[in-house]
Amino acid sequence: MPVTLNSVLQVLIFMVIILLLTKPVGLYLYKVFNGERTWLSPVLVPVERFFYRLSGISEEDEQKWTGYMVSVLIFSVVGMLLLYLLERTQQWQRTFFNPQGLPNVEPQLAFNTAASFTTNTNWQSYTGEQTMSYLTQMAGLAFHQFVSAAVGIALAVALVRGLARRSAQHLGSFWVDLVRCTLYILLPVCIVGALVFVSQGMIQNFNAYTVVHTLNGQTQTIAQGPVASMEIIKDLGTNGGGFFNVNAAHPFENPNALTGLLIILCEITLGAGLFYMFGKWVGNTRQGWVLWIVSAILFVIGVFIVIPAEQAGNPLLASAGANQVVNATQSGGNMEGKEVRFGITISSLQEVTTTATSTGTVMSFHDSYTPIGGLVLISNMALGEIIFGGVGAGLYSMLMFAIIGVFIAGLMVGRTPEYLGKKIERKEIMMAVLALLVSPLVILGFSSIAIALPAGQAGLTTGAGNLGPHGLSDILYAFTSTNANNGSAFAGLNGNNPFYNWTLGFAMLIGRFAEVIPLLALGGALVKKRVVPAGLGTFPTTGALWVALLIGVILIVGALTYFPAYSLGPIIEQLFMHAGKVF
Amino acid sequence: MQTDQIQPELPTDGLEVKQWKTRRKGDLSIWDPSIIRRAIPDSFKKLDPRVQVKNPVMFVVEVGSVVTTIEFVRLLFARPTATLDRTHLNFEIFFVLAVAIWLWFTVVFANFAEAMAEGRGKAQADTLRRARTTTMAKRLACPDRFGKVEAVAAPELRKGDLVLVEAGEVIPGDGDVIEGVASVDESAITGESAPVIRESGGDRSAVTGGTRVLSDWIVVQISANPGETFLDRMIALVEGARRQKTPNEIALNILIAALTIIFLLVVVSLEPFAIYSGQAVSVTTLIALLVCLIPTTIGGLLSAIGIAGMDRMVQRNVLAMSGRAVEAAGDVDVLLLDKTGTITLGNRQATRFVPLRGVEERALAEAAMLASLSDETPEGRSIVALAREKYGFTDAVDPTAMFIPFSATTRMSGVDMHGASNGTSSAHAIRKGAGDSVAAYVAEYGGTTSDELKTIVNGIASAGSTPLVVAEVRSGVNGTDGHAQVLGVIELKDIVKGGMRARFDELRRMGIRTVMITGDNPLTAAAIAREAGVDDFLAQATPETKMKLIKEQQTGGRMVAMTGDGTNDAPALAQADVGVAMNTGTQAAKEAANMVDLDSNPTKLIEVVEVGKQLLISRGALTTFSIANDVAKYFAIIPAAFSITYPQLQALNIMHLTTPNSAVLSAVIFNALIIVALIPLALRGIKYRAIGAGPLLRRNLLIYGIGGIIIPFAGIKAIDLILQLLHLTLG
Amino acid sequence: MKTFLTKYLRPAVVLTLILTIVTGFLYPGVVTGIAQLIFPYQANGSLVKASNGTVIGSDLIGQYWTKPGYFHGRPSVTVNPSTGTPEPYAADNSTASNSGPTNAAFIQTVQQRVAALKKENPNAPAGPVPVDLVTASASGLDPDISIAGAMYQVPRIASERGLSHDVVAKLVTDHETGRFLGIFGEPYVNVLDLNLALDACAALPSSC
Repeated sequence: MPVTLNSVLQVLIFMVIILLLTKPVGLYLYKVFNGERTWLSPVLVPVERFFYRLSGISEEDEQKWTGYMVSVLIFSVVGMLLLYLLERTQQWQRTFFNPQGLPNVEPQLAFNTAASFTTNTNWQSYTGEQTMSYLTQMAGLAFHQFVSAAVGIALAVALVRGLARRSAQHLGSFWVDLVRCTLYILLPVCIVGALVFVSQGMIQNFNAYTVVHTLNGQTQTIAQGPVASMEIIKDLGTNGGGFFNVNAAHPFENPNALTGLLIILCEITLGAGLFYMFGKWVGNTRQGWVLWIVSAILFVIGVFIVIPAEQAGNPLLASAGANQVVNATQSGGNMEGKEVRFGITISSLQEVTTTATSTGTVMSFHDSYTPIGGLVLISNMALGEIIFGGVGAGLYSMLMFAIIGVFIAGLMVGRTPEYLGKKIERKEIMMAVLALLVSPLVILGFSSIAIALPAGQAGLTTGAGNLGPHGLSDILYAFTSTNANNGSAFAGLNGNNPFYNWTLGFAMLIGRFAEVIPLLALGGALVKKRVVPAGLGTFPTTGALWVALLIGVILIVGALTYFPAYSLGPIIEQLFMHAGKVF
Repeated sequence: MQTDQIQPELPTDGLEVKQWKTRRKGDLSIWDPSIIRRAIPDSFKKLDPRVQVKNPVMFVVEVGSVVTTIEFVRLLFARPTATLDRTHLNFEIFFVLAVAIWLWFTVVFANFAEAMAEGRGKAQADTLRRARTTTMAKRLACPDRFGKVEAVAAPELRKGDLVLVEAGEVIPGDGDVIEGVASVDESAITGESAPVIRESGGDRSAVTGGTRVLSDWIVVQISANPGETFLDRMIALVEGARRQKTPNEIALNILIAALTIIFLLVVVSLEPFAIYSGQAVSVTTLIALLVCLIPTTIGGLLSAIGIAGMDRMVQRNVLAMSGRAVEAAGDVDVLLLDKTGTITLGNRQATRFVPLRGVEERALAEAAMLASLSDETPEGRSIVALAREKYGFTDAVDPTAMFIPFSATTRMSGVDMHGASNGTSSAHAIRKGAGDSVAAYVAEYGGTTSDELKTIVNGIASAGSTPLVVAEVRSGVNGTDGHAQVLGVIELKDIVKGGMRARFDELRRMGIRTVMITGDNPLTAAAIAREAGVDDFLAQATPETKMKLIKEQQTGGRMVAMTGDGTNDAPALAQADVGVAMNTGTQAAKEAANMVDLDSNPTKLIEVVEVGKQLLISRGALTTFSIANDVAKYFAIIPAAFSITYPQLQALNIMHLTTPNSAVLSAVIFNALIIVALIPLALRGIKYRAIGAGPLLRRNLLIYGIGGIIIPFAGIKAIDLILQLLHLTLG
Repeated sequence: MKTFLTKYLRPAVVLTLILTIVTGFLYPGVVTGIAQLIFPYQANGSLVKASNGTVIGSDLIGQYWTKPGYFHGRPSVTVNPSTGTPEPYAADNSTASNSGPTNAAFIQTVQQRVAALKKENPNAPAGPVPVDLVTASASGLDPDISIAGAMYQVPRIASERGLSHDVVAKLVTDHETGRFLGIFGEPYVNVLDLNLALDACAALPSSC
């Protein structure tokens, strides 16, 4: 399978950039969540205090895990309700906010979208520029893109406090974490990032759609909007919900290779930094770096399966007469559903990143990827958002696997398992497996129901008409993506109908909150424990053996759970494609 | 130092020279035919669903067996159809029958494993039961050897009763010796035929029911009601009947249950996917897939591992009060050891008299001897022996002399002569004891201590011996002040047992720190600690400082183990995470501890730790193996399950199994046979090697993880080949 | 109940409202304001005007080129948002095909595109055609084509416009955008830019 030198170089430099960014970002995250002064403090502290005064919270009041959880849930409910209302009242929004006069969004779609943006998924069963008014996009969707990211990060920080603190009760204050995250981390980067994006050609306006008359003699209506401000938080917060239907494939949402590269970096950087923050917080940065390395290895494996697969292309296209050979004048490869300016490498790198980090931004369309390429993309999500992962979600999911891995390792060296000096006993394992069980339940449960019911199958036939194994892949992908709060789709599945809007909506809510609640409880159990000093008999969670063990646990659990389903989907399809069979 | 050649003067338990690793007499090998014979019918008895439901994994297998059996019966009455002709229908019938049979075997094999483990325990329990007697006991009304005795059957004795046991008789129940001293044959309990001394007072007063008095007589106060005796508890533990699941086992069960649920989801959701893809998968194949995926290997062997672990403890003559204690033993970080009797031979010997300048050695020797004539301790006796040996004194005990015994508070002992002693002034008093105590005593009577004394004391101490300072006070006649002076120092040599250094090195490799506890002064303690090779020591230890040390370590997060035998050890034994009481110790110590060492070997803890770790390692390794096996099973069953829908999936049939039916059957057979194959490993336990956690994990991961992935490939292929040879491929 | 209100409901509602204002209004407002101030061309869509001032398109948005004298772009599967009929390069309804690689209808479409392309470009070299010319773009609005894609059309343009092959080819290479920093992305050529240059060249041959 061909890989060009340029491809390798692009990936390598990309990895080096992430490596260099990890420590500074991680340190900054650590400072912010520990309440330390940063260089932005002089400006932001008064704002922060003002927010606390208005909402009646005291900065010093910390919460136990139950309080933290209730805060997250109430806040999410309120936010979800607000978005729902905005969508359902569009036709009464004034011209400035709704120049195209888009009507109210229907209840099932409104529910699905509200659930979607609240859970950091940003699954969009709709065409952005045809469905959502500017007001809804700004106040509703963009707001959620900020806070759902902040919620995810806050949850991870709470779990980290549970691991780092000894014989304590509290995991921090959700309100404080939320405000600090938004003010000190997300907003500053977004303001600067958005302007950088605009300089490259991303649009940022409130104009009505522009009508142009082309040289070729046609009329073209060009959609406009405040895109750059949404794009930056969409990627930085691993949200993924695009302004336009084709997301970051749209030239206004992603004009050139530089913006493409920056977008990919935004998707992954906070996740990488959070691993470092974790290590620093528990007093040993190596603990964080090993998790980073686990992610990086899984990431690179994925990238170097997808790039060759896409570069080699679709043999059926070749037999149809297309030239997919790479040379100096063309990127070649499987170009269906891809943009020329990104070619094979950046597209593949982006899609691997988006599914690894559960972002959902797309610059090329997953449904058109080769089966093996698509297999990597769906597997990344099925493994549980741990390859750097969604902001916050990546860290807490990785920690869940660490607990399970450490349990087995501890048994095998003859010691009661302990992680970072805290004993992992019945309660901790119970919480970890409860979180672990959510994904198979949602993905396999919902998918099997959808594929069995006519309403579910209708999504295939009324969509791009992908039949056969690819149809199964479409459905599996939809529930994997929503469960993982990713939001990308094998968009050949028509999800904008009551069956899928309701089922996918619930899949997102369950996927997010059913995983988060046991993990918060885990934090609450761990925070009370005292630390046992490490000795010759404790297994060190900082070496190559630990990295190998963790990767092994992640891959085996994931593979054992989804291999049978995939063998009826992407795997058999790959075999068929090479045999020349179509459906 | 040739420790083995020093013969203590009085008969003691000759255990110092015993082997490290003990094994009970009459220990059964794994494949003892009598146990197997008993286990086989038990395996079938355990098929009762009420028994199986306690083990979720095997219960699922049993349900699967029932369903496939029903499916077999259904097929027997089915007729050939257009798509399924007679030949293929017959193949199908045989296939379902074979799968059903092997699924039943799977459950039976798991039961067999548990029955084997329990069987060995039962055999041990039977041996112990034989020691339980229905002898007639001689109950006394009051603790008088010659009092009136009442003949009472042993089972009717109650706590608090006093019984007289004479030479040749069996002790009727657990208790403490309150009068007399006798030598006792404890082989019924310990398996060791060398007799032991049991005497009143001191630390060797506990006796166990079922043991036999060999000489002399003792009066025993019964300390346990029938059903609660030591023997009863051992039997219960060994039989596993009242075995509660330990915390670690529960946690592992949670993980296994979660995996079972996940695989249940996988298999159940597979059918709609298969139907969409064009062809439903047969119920039999689905069940076969489910059973192969769920961790049946560890699910079936888990209880056997636990029972075998407890039994291994008993084999090493350690009675653990609970499985929890065994697991806790594996986690020990710090081991507290008494110096006397544990690290050292225990009986310090006087070897030298060192008089102060101006004092004659002979005078010192005589004073020392006088102060020790009534001293029952071995140290005292050795002083007398040394004095006699050197100077040939023949003094007898002065009947008017008042012996002052040693006390932990005064740290002195001695004698008051020629007059009553009421603590004020006596005619001639001699004291021997710790340097500062004696110095204070002398100062009380107007004497002084010189620097020379300090030098001598330090000199002896740094050499690792105990300096016993001797002083005398003579009061003048008619109440005038006499003089008090220090005469000199007796050197008591403490002898470190052989092989200690090696043992402590081994403990260190396991990650366990050793701390020596002694009443000695710091200098002596330091010297002995250095010589023995312990990591740390606590000198001038009192029960309070011992407790403080334990609590300190525990607050630091460490697991503390300690051994003890005396009543004053009881609080510390209770506080420690793992408390090992010597069987020769007091009943109070045994009650406080969570383990009792029947060999009274203080370094037995190493083996206890090993058993604890072995238990965890066996569980972890077999779990990993069980899960790793699934990889090969997928490659066997998935292509087979979809062979009609997607023949192209045969590309995944990397083992080139003959037919879809033989592929599924081979996987099922392998799944069943692997349980049997691993029974010896489960019962023997996977050995713990003290090579550090990293290398140990690497080793176990390679063997059970990578091995677990590779072995089934070979195994399933081999079974498939055999089926092929037997023309049983059913396809 | 009171504690519930004070501890949870009040902060939730208040922070939702404040943060909506900040992130939903203030933030986009500030960004839009600054963007319009310092990058007005980009912020408003990189619109391209003809010499007479009418807007003829956006530099970033692809257009549907059919005339034989113009370079053509990639296939686009966008549909008209109100009628639902296929309308390539409908820039208010971006879409991709989402066809899977083994989709029979999709493969058939590609075969048709290849045939049509070859018919349209009789003088192009024989053999397989550049893949980007027969596959639909991700956005449906891809403004670019690969260099190979452009070169494939050069013979046709040259004969249609009466320009020499070398002149047209040079036009393509002159308007090539290389990789970012020479490493990232792919080289490509913007079809609108190319066609504008083509028009200029055809109008004033000495300027090519």
